Amino acid sequence: MIWEVFRQEREGQPFQHGGSLEAPNLEFAEAYAVEFYGRRAESVALWVVPRDAIRKIEEPYVADVFDRDYRRVDGYSLKVKLREARERAGTS
Amino acid sequence: MSAQAPPSAAVEAVLAFADDELVLGWRDSEWTGVAPFLEEDVAFSSIAQGEIGHARALYELVAGVQGGDADALAFDRAPEEYRCTPFVELQLVGDWAATIARHGLYEAADEIRVKALMESDWPELAGLAAKMDREETYHRMHASMWLEKLAGNEQLEAALVELWPYALGVLEPAQRPELAKLLGRDEVEAVERGTHTEGFAALHEEMTMVRRSIPGAAW
Repeated sequence: MIWEVFRQEREGQPFQHGGSLEAPNLEFAEAYAVEFYGRRAESVALWVVPRDAIRKIEEPYVADVFDRDYRRVDGYSLKVKLREARERAGTS
Repeated sequence: MSAQAPPSAAVEAVLAFADDELVLGWRDSEWTGVAPFLEEDVAFSSIAQGEIGHARALYELVAGVQGGDADALAFDRAPEEYRCTPFVELQLVGDWAATIARHGLYEAADEIRVKALMESDWPELAGLAAKMDREETYHRMHASMWLEKLAGNEQLEAALVELWPYALGVLEPAQRPELAKLLGRDEVEAVERGTHTEGFAALHEEMTMVRRSIPGAAW
């Protein structure tokens, strides 16, 4: 069984994927996660998750099939628009 | 240093404990690279390192009383001067079930020993024992998850029976009933400290090889 391990480097920081490991059950997975990601004080906390519990979403839902670059904000100066909007609303 | 030197029997017991941890760490490390699977290889090697770290701390404590240093105690003595129990000398690499049996039995005995030392009148020893106990908690967890996983396995059950007299020999006679009760086994005649197994000479040879290659070098 494959388990994904996420590690938190310092308190308050987001958990980030550390890697995966193979273990027969949660108890083994926890022990091995500690060995791989917690033995040198490189993490303050770990999440251990069975890979099957993770839903992977991929194309076509996360990538454009048609050209819809009008959805992107490249080259669009939000700063100016935002300032104008705030002025109008009297919140600047 | 303590205001009063610890009694020599206590120092001797610490030296025996250190020898147990060193030799067991050495034997466990023989699995490095050949453990049943990668994750376990890392975990078991780490446990082996943990035992050797405990040995070093215990040797340092003895050296603080007797003089010398931890390395000299660990590697410069003749084989017959080591006080480790024959239990830790057994070479079990290749037999994972027996290795887990020893691991479980040793950790159970060690828990009784460490808890008793936490109450020692020798403050440095009591403090060290408390520190060791924290790390041993992980070793015990690792042993128990494997014992649970392999429960009912014939090889494991046979090894537990075969190694039981050795496990009793880890402890002082007065502590043995506690171990028997903890594990639900009848107390039998223990394999006592004081003799070495046949394989110990070769282990000692290998263990001290590097240090002997350049006498007096600082590593």
